[in-house]
Amino acid sequence: MLVKAAWGVAGGVFVLWAAATLTFFGLRLIPGDPAQAVLGGPGSQASAEALAAVRAEYGLDQPVWVQYLRYLGRLGTGDLGSSYSLRQPVAEIIGAQIGGTLLLAALSLAVAWVIALGLAVWSTRGGRVAAAVGSALEIVAAAVPHFWLAMVLVLVFSTTLRWLPAVSTPGPAGLVLPVLTLALPLAGFLGQVMRESVLDALEAPFVLSARARGESEGGVRWRHVLRHGALPGIALSGWAFGWLISGAVVVETIFARPGLGRTLLNAVQLRDVPLVVGVVLVVALGYVVVTVLTDAVSRIADPRLRSAS
Amino acid sequence: MLTRAPRRGARLLGPVQWVALAVVVLLLVAALAPSVLAPGDPFAIAPAEAFLSPRWGHPFGTDESGRDIYTRVVHGAAPSLVIGVAATAIGIGLALVLGLAAALLGRVVDFAVSRLLEVLFAFPGLLLALLVITVYGPGVVTSTIAVGLATAPGYARIIRAQARSVAGAPYVEAAVVLGRSRARILGRHILPNAVVPVFVLVTLGVGQAIVWAAALSYLGLGAEPPAAEWGAMLFAGKNYLATAWWMTFFPGLAIVLSAAATTVLGRLLQRREVR
Repeated sequence: MLVKAAWGVAGGVFVLWAAATLTFFGLRLIPGDPAQAVLGGPGSQASAEALAAVRAEYGLDQPVWVQYLRYLGRLGTGDLGSSYSLRQPVAEIIGAQIGGTLLLAALSLAVAWVIALGLAVWSTRGGRVAAAVGSALEIVAAAVPHFWLAMVLVLVFSTTLRWLPAVSTPGPAGLVLPVLTLALPLAGFLGQVMRESVLDALEAPFVLSARARGESEGGVRWRHVLRHGALPGIALSGWAFGWLISGAVVVETIFARPGLGRTLLNAVQLRDVPLVVGVVLVVALGYVVVTVLTDAVSRIADPRLRSAS
Repeated sequence: MLTRAPRRGARLLGPVQWVALAVVVLLLVAALAPSVLAPGDPFAIAPAEAFLSPRWGHPFGTDESGRDIYTRVVHGAAPSLVIGVAATAIGIGLALVLGLAAALLGRVVDFAVSRLLEVLFAFPGLLLALLVITVYGPGVVTSTIAVGLATAPGYARIIRAQARSVAGAPYVEAAVVLGRSRARILGRHILPNAVVPVFVLVTLGVGQAIVWAAALSYLGLGAEPPAAEWGAMLFAGKNYLATAWWMTFFPGLAIVLSAAATTVLGRLLQRREVR
């Protein structure tokens, strides 16, 4: 088990190194002066001093491999360079913004899980309505974009009913609509995957043996089938994390909520390369950490994975 | 239950599938011949008629310059579809190269491509697209390419798995035993069977690509107002959400319906193909 976990961590470190390398050389592929690109592309009319400062900071006068090693070394110490638009170290900006986004993502993931599990267990009881709900989940997940869902929610709950604020206020009421916007499509996706897994489990021998032991229908569903149904949901959590962060870009913008997503969008609009790359690498780090963790959780939840080694 | 002996194909199209088919047909008509559905000019401004709510004559209302939203949504089908199809073509084209190379060119290539895909998965969803836009600047062309690039890793993984399972299939083994040449096996047996499911992916992908491209336009990174493109219309209407909800609701509805319809039809093709 420990060996497997160690391999998981090693794989994660590899992904991070490769992601950093890919961004480094990807940015070197831009035609023209990299210093100019760092300062917002050819249209930014950066001053000669600013260009010289960037060249010195990034060591652009050095050979590429020296630049690359220095870049990796700085990343290793948590130094992500400095944002030219906000004139602040990127790590500081991210540190200040990441809390709100992680809260939003964590709440959305929790809400999506509850809805998805409930739907998966309920919609597999049979009957027409349940089956229709099951097949509708996928369409909702695939076709309802965050921006449209957010608008509809704002129209219904803020403009018409006046229950909740349209702009995210610091209190819990301000979190409801952003969390719902992120959670509902995700719940549709997770619910659909879990539903298939629950349907598989209901046919499995272990359910038959549980029934033969005289366990009630509720006991079978909540103790045995649910655990099986949750497995793909756990496995998909790394993906869901990335998906939520990507959705946060839209949701934080719509609800005027401070956070990493909005910072990222502003940085993209200003073509602030160091800030964008910093945020993307931090999200990649988050993705890797969540993936390694979910692999471990999967092994705890699924006895088959433990004995397989 | 003797009465329940469904004719083959009879249950293929349920009511949902019929609606989806109707939406796609409507979408194609709107894209190819928008004047049939909306004879007006999508750019004709009428300042006296600004911000009209949906009513007779303006079924979807009007925008801040008095342009008819219905006409603009209909005329927006073509650019939105072109962006969606182009992005999907880029994504699937790249994925075909990567996925087939991984599946057919031996273990070293497979290892390299698989690791590359793993790394790309660490830049989830919009993030890869945003990275591309940061480097090359916003705009319709960049955002289309960005969406294509961002969707490629997912497709590549599916195509790789598909091609691998085909390459290991008994009929390929049989062809090898019969002494067919590598090129012939690849061209006659592996490619047709690995590529057909790609059409399913394309159908499913176009709707997704429309949604993604619209999200980028909505964020102000893709098509720009006053273009009659759904994402750009959303961007133009987002500041008037509280006072003129129809400016964003109807273009958004068009996006949702297109994505839902292509998803339903894609799943239908997928089920048929599994049989």
